[in-house]
Amino acid sequence: MKKLISGWTLIKLYTILVYVWMFAPIVAVVILAFNPQQFGTFPMEGFSFKWFVKLSQNSTILDAFKNSLVLGSLTAIFATAIGVPAAMAFIRYEFRGKDFLNTMLIAPIMIPEVVLGVALLLFIRWLQQPKSFAMLLIGHVVLTLPYVLLIVQARLVGIKREYEEAALSLGASPFQTFKEITFPLLAPAIFAGMLFAFTISFDDVTATLFWATAQNQTVPVKIFSMLRTSISPEINALGAVMIVLTVSIPLAAGYVARRFARGNTP
Amino acid sequence: MKEKPWKPWLLLSPSLTAVFLLLVIPVCFVVVYSFWLRAPSGMDIPAFQFGNYAKFFADSFYPVILLNTIRVALETVFICLIMGYIPAYFFYRTESRLKPYLMILVMLPFWISFIIRTLSWINILGDSGLINHLLLKSGLISSPIPMLYNEGAVIMGLIQYLLPFMILNIYVSLDGIDKSLTEAAKSLGCTEWQAFREITLPLSLPGVSAGCLLVFVLTCGTYLPPMILGGPGNEMIANLIFKRIIGTLDWPFGSAISTILLLLLVLIVYTYNRYMGINQIFKSLSKG
Repeated sequence: MKKLISGWTLIKLYTILVYVWMFAPIVAVVILAFNPQQFGTFPMEGFSFKWFVKLSQNSTILDAFKNSLVLGSLTAIFATAIGVPAAMAFIRYEFRGKDFLNTMLIAPIMIPEVVLGVALLLFIRWLQQPKSFAMLLIGHVVLTLPYVLLIVQARLVGIKREYEEAALSLGASPFQTFKEITFPLLAPAIFAGMLFAFTISFDDVTATLFWATAQNQTVPVKIFSMLRTSISPEINALGAVMIVLTVSIPLAAGYVARRFARGNTP
Repeated sequence: MKEKPWKPWLLLSPSLTAVFLLLVIPVCFVVVYSFWLRAPSGMDIPAFQFGNYAKFFADSFYPVILLNTIRVALETVFICLIMGYIPAYFFYRTESRLKPYLMILVMLPFWISFIIRTLSWINILGDSGLINHLLLKSGLISSPIPMLYNEGAVIMGLIQYLLPFMILNIYVSLDGIDKSLTEAAKSLGCTEWQAFREITLPLSLPGVSAGCLLVFVLTCGTYLPPMILGGPGNEMIANLIFKRIIGTLDWPFGSAISTILLLLLVLIVYTYNRYMGINQIFKSLSKG
C-alpha cells in the first residue's frame, strides 16, 4: 500500500511539472512586459508600464487590432450562420451520406494551413482577382467552419427535440416554437461557435500571411513582422495584452453562457 | 416527426457550397498547377509534365527538408506522448475537487495566441533568457549556452502548441474506461501496476493513437515554430512552400511541393482511418 501512495505522488509531481513547463514561458512574457529595460530580457530591473504606454501610441498596432477585431467578428458571424444550420442537419435529421458529408466538412482541420493558403490564393489568382479583405474573410470562414461544426454539434446533441415536439403538440405555431423553444435552447451553442470562430480567426498567422495585404494586417501578422528584428519589450507588452484579452474573454463568456443556459433550460 | 426529405439538404447547402467552392476546388487547382510549366519570363504555362516533381527529387536538398519534417514530427509525437500520458492519467484517476479547474488550465493555451506562445520560448531559451540567466547567476556556467535557433527549440515550441491536443485525446479515451474493470482485476489479485498494464493501458490506446496522428499531421504542416525558433538548418516543408510561393512566385513548383505534403498526409490519415476510424479524433476535438 505504501508503494502505491508513492506512485500516485510521483504522478502528481509529474503533472505539476508539465503544468510548470506549459505555463512558464507564458508567465515570463507577462512579467517581462513590465521590465523597463531596453531589451526584453532577464534580469528584471524595476517595474514600469512604459511599454504599454508606448504600445498604445503605436498607430500601426492599433490599426492591426482594429482589423483583427473586425475580421474576427465577421468571421464569427458568417461561420456560425452557415455552420449552425449544417450542425442542425447532422444532429436532427437522418439522410443518406450523412457520415461521409460530416467527415468531409470536418476533415479540413487536417489539411495544413499552408496548403489552404496556397490553394485559395491560387484560385483567386486564376480568377484574376486581387487580394482583398473579402478574400481574407472568405478564407477565415472556411478555416473556422470545421471547428464551429464540431463545437456546435457537441452542444446540440445535448438538446432534446422532445421540447419542440411538445410545444407543437400543445398548439404552438412553428414560428412560435422556434422563437420560444428552439432558439433559446440553441443560443449557447451558437454563442460557443461564434466565440470559437472569433478566437481562431483572431489568432491565425500562417494562412493569413498568404492572404493579407499591407492594408489589412492582423495583430499576429504584425507581431510576426516585428519579430524579424528581435524580441523587444514592446512585443512582450503586446503579448501580455493579448494573453489577458484572449484568456479573460472566453472565461467570462463561459460564465455568462452557463448562467444564460441555466436561466433558459426547462 | 414527419420530415420533408429536402430539409437537411437545405440546411447543409451553404456549408457544402462554401467548402466545395472555396476549399475542394482550390485544392484541386493546386494539384493541377503542380503539372504546369514556369516559363523563364515568370509566366505559368498550362502543361502536363512531371518536371516540378523531378526537380524536387533531383538532388538531396528538397528531400532532406521533407525527411527533416517527418523526423521532427516523429520526435514531437514521441515527446508529447511521454509528457501527455501521465497528466491525462492523473485527470482520469484524481478525485480532487480542483479537477475541473485543472482541466480548464490544460485547455487555456488553446485560447492564447499561437504566435505569442511560440515567441515566449525566446524569453526562456535565449542567451539572456531565464535558463541562461539562472545558470550564469548561480555560477554554473561562465558564458550563455546557445539553446535557441536549433531543432530542440523548434520542438519545444511545437510541444507547447500540441501537448493539450495529446492530453485531451488520451483523457477522452481513459474517461470512457469503466473503473470497475480495474477494481475487478485488483480483487482478483492484480497489483495496481498489473491492472494498469493489462487493462487501462490497452483500453486507452485508441486515444493515444488519435493523439499521435493529430500531433504528427499538425507538425508536418507547421510554419511558425521553425521560422521563429529555428535556425537556417531547421526549415520544414511548409517554410519551403511559403518561400517558393510568396518569395520567388514559383507557383507550379510551390504547388508541386504542396501536393507532395498533401499526399503524404492523405496517405497517413487514410491508413489510420482504415484501421482506427477517424471519428475518435473529432470526438476529442469537440471537447476543446
